[in-house]
Amino acid sequence: MIGVIDYRAGNAPSVYHALRRIGATASLVRTPEEIEQVDGLILPGVGAADATIVSLEEDNLIDAIYQEVLFKHKPFLGICVGLQIMFEHSDEDDTPCLGWLAGEVRQFPKTVRVPQIGYNEVRFLKDHPLVEDMGASDYFYFVNSYYAVPEDDIVLAEAEYGLPFCAMVASRNMMASQFHMEKSGQSGLKMLHNYVRIVEEGIPLC
Amino acid sequence: MLTKRLIACFDVKNGMVTKARNFQDNIDIAPAQEVAKRIYDEQIDEIIFYDIMASAEKRMIDLPMVKRVAEEVFVPFTVGGGIRSLEDMYQVLKAGAEKISIDSMAVRHPEIITRGALAFGRQCMVLSMQVKKVPVTPQIPSGYEIAIDGARVFTGMDAIAWAKEGESRGAGEICVNSIDRDGTHQGYDLEITQAIAEAVNIPVIASGGAGTPEHLRRLFTETDVSAGIISSMLYSPRLPRNYTVAEIKAELGAAGIPLRPYREDL
Repeated sequence: MIGVIDYRAGNAPSVYHALRRIGATASLVRTPEEIEQVDGLILPGVGAADATIVSLEEDNLIDAIYQEVLFKHKPFLGICVGLQIMFEHSDEDDTPCLGWLAGEVRQFPKTVRVPQIGYNEVRFLKDHPLVEDMGASDYFYFVNSYYAVPEDDIVLAEAEYGLPFCAMVASRNMMASQFHMEKSGQSGLKMLHNYVRIVEEGIPLC
Repeated sequence: MLTKRLIACFDVKNGMVTKARNFQDNIDIAPAQEVAKRIYDEQIDEIIFYDIMASAEKRMIDLPMVKRVAEEVFVPFTVGGGIRSLEDMYQVLKAGAEKISIDSMAVRHPEIITRGALAFGRQCMVLSMQVKKVPVTPQIPSGYEIAIDGARVFTGMDAIAWAKEGESRGAGEICVNSIDRDGTHQGYDLEITQAIAEAVNIPVIASGGAGTPEHLRRLFTETDVSAGIISSMLYSPRLPRNYTVAEIKAELGAAGIPLRPYREDL
């Protein structure tokens, strides 16, 4: 069972509909108890880092997510702002983030239109169960003004917008995409299906 | 590289997709979710639905319709019509839409743009504007005026000034609808579209007038817009011929325009 974290500022229904479409067993989770009961988590995200963290705090979800991901090592997939808040700090409104991953989140240069909105080509840099059978690159839907700059060698894929930027990260049980795989047509559904397999089949991650 | 987007736009009335010409004379096509599913299967990049009667009937957008469509499409989905408050926006987003298009409401209460952007992120807020070519005056230096309420009421506002104000108030995208070109199938108004694209640093969407892939080719080669709205050319029985998304993308791709490739294997 995959739990899609449904907090006020998120777009959990879109992710939930996509999981249903690919035949996954999923539920929307809104309380610490519900978060504890699922086998893998997805943290969807839209909008600002600060609003996302405040919304998760108001719903008392941060400690519960932390427990399941960092202590019980359940698979975790962050999407968009869900990726950004895994880092230590975001330049967006100078927001302290969760700090699970070393690095920070910066704004795109002024030479490009922000937000970046649209499908961009994502190049996969490593083999990983999340990008299995996806080829060397594919197109996914981005909506972001900020991008993560990880300190460690955890970048799974990159794209280009004014500069090359981190499009996906993978570190042990923690995975995340800057793009919206739930809104990237069939390619996105295929990647989401890879995540479902990681959770349901217990595929080992390194 | 970021690609140019093709956005299918549909007007919905009583749950049915309808086709308007110059904002009048609606004809029914099919239930919204059927049209949505068909166009998603054709690999459209993005979809917009306008509930065209919601404002006039002073009611909230048709939420069950939004939910039915959201269950069928896995590309971004924007809705507009009858959205008046933050709570309305929240309901629409929770029903499964990604973005909210605001138009007349934003002209009457510009602060709604900022409030929506702060609550849900600026990427949610699409400022849609109806523009009409008018004589240049001190009040309207661009020669394009903003109209509201289904293009029936003229505001005396300059299109470029309003686009800049919308950006500074927190809009994430601007959709420029040409009243003169709407329903004509004679091509986009490239002049005002490019003028607005130069005036703001957020993505701009062109709307009104697309009848052939050639109109899109000109839009993407002669202006700096991020996306083009297509509607009649996909499905309207009034056009001499309709085009599939694959046909449009093949023609644009051959012209060297960066696009999300059409996948034959899907």
